[in-house]
Amino acid sequence: MKENFLPAIRITAVSILMLMVVYPALILGIAQIAPANGKGETVTVDNKVVGYKLEGQFFSDDKYFWSRPSAAGYNAAGSSGSNKGPTNPEYLKQVQDRIDTFLVHNPSIKKEEIPAELVTASGSGLDPDISPAGAKVQVKRIAAERKLDAATILSLIDKQTEYPFFGPDKVNVLKLNIELDKLEK
Amino acid sequence: MNTEISGIVFIFIAAVALAIPLGRYIGKVYNGDATWADKILSPLDKIFFKLGGVNPTKQMTWKQHLVALLTINLSWFVLSMLVLTNMSWLPLNPDGNPSMSADLAFNTSVSFVTNTNLQHYSGESGLSYLGQMILMLWQFISAAAGMAICAVVFMAMKEKANDKLGNYYNFFVKSVTRVLLPLSIIVAVVLLFNGTPMTIEGKSQFVSMQGDTVNVSRGPAAAQIAIKQLGTNGGGFFGVNSAHPFENPNYFTNIVENLCIILIPIALIFALGYIVKRKKLAWTVFAVMTIGFLLLLIPTVMNEMHGNAAIAKMNIGQPMGSMEGKEIRFGAAASAMWAISTTCTSNGSVNAMHDSFTPLSGMFAMLGMMINSFYGGVGVGFLNFYIFIIIAVFISGLMVGRTPEFLGKKIEAREMKIAAIIALLHPLLILAGTAIASHIYAQDPTAYAAWLNNPGNHGFSEMLYEFTSSSANNGSGFEGLGDNTPFWNIACGIVMLLARFLPIIGPVAIAGTLASKKYIPESAGTLKTDTATFGLMVFAVIFIIAALAFFPALTLGPIAEYFTP
Repeated sequence: MKENFLPAIRITAVSILMLMVVYPALILGIAQIAPANGKGETVTVDNKVVGYKLEGQFFSDDKYFWSRPSAAGYNAAGSSGSNKGPTNPEYLKQVQDRIDTFLVHNPSIKKEEIPAELVTASGSGLDPDISPAGAKVQVKRIAAERKLDAATILSLIDKQTEYPFFGPDKVNVLKLNIELDKLEK
Repeated sequence: MNTEISGIVFIFIAAVALAIPLGRYIGKVYNGDATWADKILSPLDKIFFKLGGVNPTKQMTWKQHLVALLTINLSWFVLSMLVLTNMSWLPLNPDGNPSMSADLAFNTSVSFVTNTNLQHYSGESGLSYLGQMILMLWQFISAAAGMAICAVVFMAMKEKANDKLGNYYNFFVKSVTRVLLPLSIIVAVVLLFNGTPMTIEGKSQFVSMQGDTVNVSRGPAAAQIAIKQLGTNGGGFFGVNSAHPFENPNYFTNIVENLCIILIPIALIFALGYIVKRKKLAWTVFAVMTIGFLLLLIPTVMNEMHGNAAIAKMNIGQPMGSMEGKEIRFGAAASAMWAISTTCTSNGSVNAMHDSFTPLSGMFAMLGMMINSFYGGVGVGFLNFYIFIIIAVFISGLMVGRTPEFLGKKIEAREMKIAAIIALLHPLLILAGTAIASHIYAQDPTAYAAWLNNPGNHGFSEMLYEFTSSSANNGSGFEGLGDNTPFWNIACGIVMLLARFLPIIGPVAIAGTLASKKYIPESAGTLKTDTATFGLMVFAVIFIIAALAFFPALTLGPIAEYFTP
């Protein structure tokens, strides 16, 4: 073992130099030509930062599209899922409460119309998206709140929906709400 | 075809299509044959050898290889403990995060040095950037340590092998310079341009549209996420790992990351075929592993896309499937694909919360780790499979009444004893660990209430999953488990240590002793190991060992949960 100690320590030292210093420095250098210099792209409205492009934020106001429930309360410095098991009674009660709350705020909607993703918490607690169905089920509430035509909002959803070649269709909630505010201007 | 299904089919096909040429390339690297990359990368090798003071041509026996591996791992562990317990005052700590307690530092150091990446802390608040970067270092070199020792076994399986089996440092350095580092640079750049942060600035702040003040954690993430996926490490930069929008910004990055999880494990099978010049054997191994992988994958995808039965009862639609703990941009199918990829390969990163999977999907994820050799971790996955091959050769030999032989070498009592011990070690660690934890919990459920996030069978599954993940050196978790306590930190740390090094020592000892035995040329009576029949035999051995060992425990956890009305 003795004759192995010196090479072990020296190889580790070279590894520190190459993998902990040179490699991250190289990626940090390349980051300078990446979007937002690798600091995370922000979204601005009227020159004011209102969020990060990739991260979801909390929307609970009736005039906005709601984002999904979050176990982290949309704390972007403490991501977390609920880690509730699928048959946990306490969890199922929580889902039922969310359904009830949704129905109170959206009285014209029938329970069967609510897609499950709107009443279940995301993995990160920072999910930036909702499904197109999850957006459409909120249209009547928003139309009434903003005194807008439902058809206008529906066409906005269609315009904002992404239909990727692979993976599910989705709508970014922050972008959707920014466009929604613009409708009134 | 549904875009969610076509997405995961694409991931798998692309991974295999890339793994075949990559495997051939890795085979050439370990064999010392010329490759197109020599001109660019030879100087980098020389830096390592010169500054490291090693002679890469000095041949080692299997025992010398093991001593080299264990010594270097010990030095990593010591250094890791020093950094993690002193982070608060060391540089690169813009968010002012604290140092780790001794038991948490022990767990984390063992976890990253053993390529497990079980995380009993949360990245945003539990580590400084220096801490993150030293863990990234272990992600590189623990993966390289596993690949290098696998290369030793490949060398020993060659027809003309003797007791000289190459140089450990040579395999180790080249695993870094020729495979892990170049691929990591490519993947990190892909992530960067999709929005993953790479900065040494601390948290930033903004006011949301509804007027909430939000702090945003950032950091040098892109560099780490690349190697975390490629080296079957899995330790995420942020708490929720690759479910975090910064770690995995969109479906495209999800394809890239999931592909990276299975890429090198699959490539190593083809490297074996190249090195021992038995392509058919490689394809047989690949076929057995792939069938096992698909048998776990398909029901998991179906379960998750179908949704949670308890939520269906509430009369609301689940058009996207079971979405608790999942992200819209990935959907149920890609989350299930990731779950099986990450558990079969001992990666352990997640893009959805496994704790919230429907009961049977949670079981399939556990089975991936319990078997731990359907592709398996980089290098060590094949070593696990090698044990099953030895057992299958022995049983087949008994069935036809011949002395068992594998690749022209006689398998005798000594090799069989080692194989049997190693095959039983994994169930022993998992089941004994879970039994002790359950016993402690059952003594005083109120005192240990913080352990479990869910009641009943699912709570048992959380403990079973934790020990399974530790023993498989996987690192994923049913994260509801309140695991940052001295018991869990120390118990899981010990399991990870035993489960990393004994299953390396065993196969290397077998392969090393077989290599120095006399070569018996193939005859009509030789058991052919590259046929479908033998493949089926290996599969049966794996299935029987896993079923017998784990079925009772799984019955108490996910199966009971599934059948509970």
